[in-house]
Amino acid sequence: MPTKTLAGKTVEVDDEGFLKNPDDWTEEMAPELAKEEGIGELTEGHWKVIRFIRKDFKEKGQIPTIRRMKNEGGIPTNELYQLFPQGPAKKSAKVAGYGKPQGCV
Amino acid sequence: MSDTNEKIKKVSIVVSKGSLEGVYPGLIMANGARMEGIEANLFFTFFGLEAIMKKRMNNLKVATVGNPAMHLPSLLGIIPGMSAFATSKMMKEMDKLDIPPVGEFVEMVYDAGTKLYACKATVDMFHLTMDDFCEQTDSIINVGKFYEIAAGGQIIFT
Repeated sequence: MPTKTLAGKTVEVDDEGFLKNPDDWTEEMAPELAKEEGIGELTEGHWKVIRFIRKDFKEKGQIPTIRRMKNEGGIPTNELYQLFPQGPAKKSAKVAGYGKPQGCV
Repeated sequence: MSDTNEKIKKVSIVVSKGSLEGVYPGLIMANGARMEGIEANLFFTFFGLEAIMKKRMNNLKVATVGNPAMHLPSLLGIIPGMSAFATSKMMKEMDKLDIPPVGEFVEMVYDAGTKLYACKATVDMFHLTMDDFCEQTDSIINVGKFYEIAAGGQIIFT
């Protein structure tokens, strides 16, 4: 199992660098994970997405879809695409410390 | 054919059918493309146009006749209300997967950056105008323009 060091902590990751165990994640790791995905400074907009994903996963046991982020999280789809370009669902899940989303939508 | 697994950069999807099950695959594929950072165009033609018509888009139905995979004899499929029933069952199942109704889905794929076009031949045939289409519709284009827009990418016919 590959590992990597994020914010001074060694964590297990999959082949694509997604965290294996979401409980390993800390807020300090988010900027480093974002950097891997080509995202620069994390803005308040990014954090709104990350916090919603963390909260929703705790409540529902799965990563929210883009539709759910829009309807329940109040994150407009076009904004989400601007914040996490070229793969909003995958990239936001990775930065928030989860595995790759498995759904089709 | 090249043997390198070059990534797909652009898809142009033709939606030619106006049943619910005819419209969703194109929307799901366009949305999925955008989710992967792939440029996506949707070209609605013939009855597929109903998916972007303001008055029709939220009333599309599943076809219950002439579809062996429904496992419902066509004779039963013609019973009034059968199509509405099958449609509502399917919509419920899709909602569980967070697949939105057509109107909301069209909005989502548009917000995700998909461009939506109406086919000129069909528009002329049915005597339609831009006013008949939802605001996400980019324009009415002919086949030549479609190929121009699709150039350099993959074309998918549904």
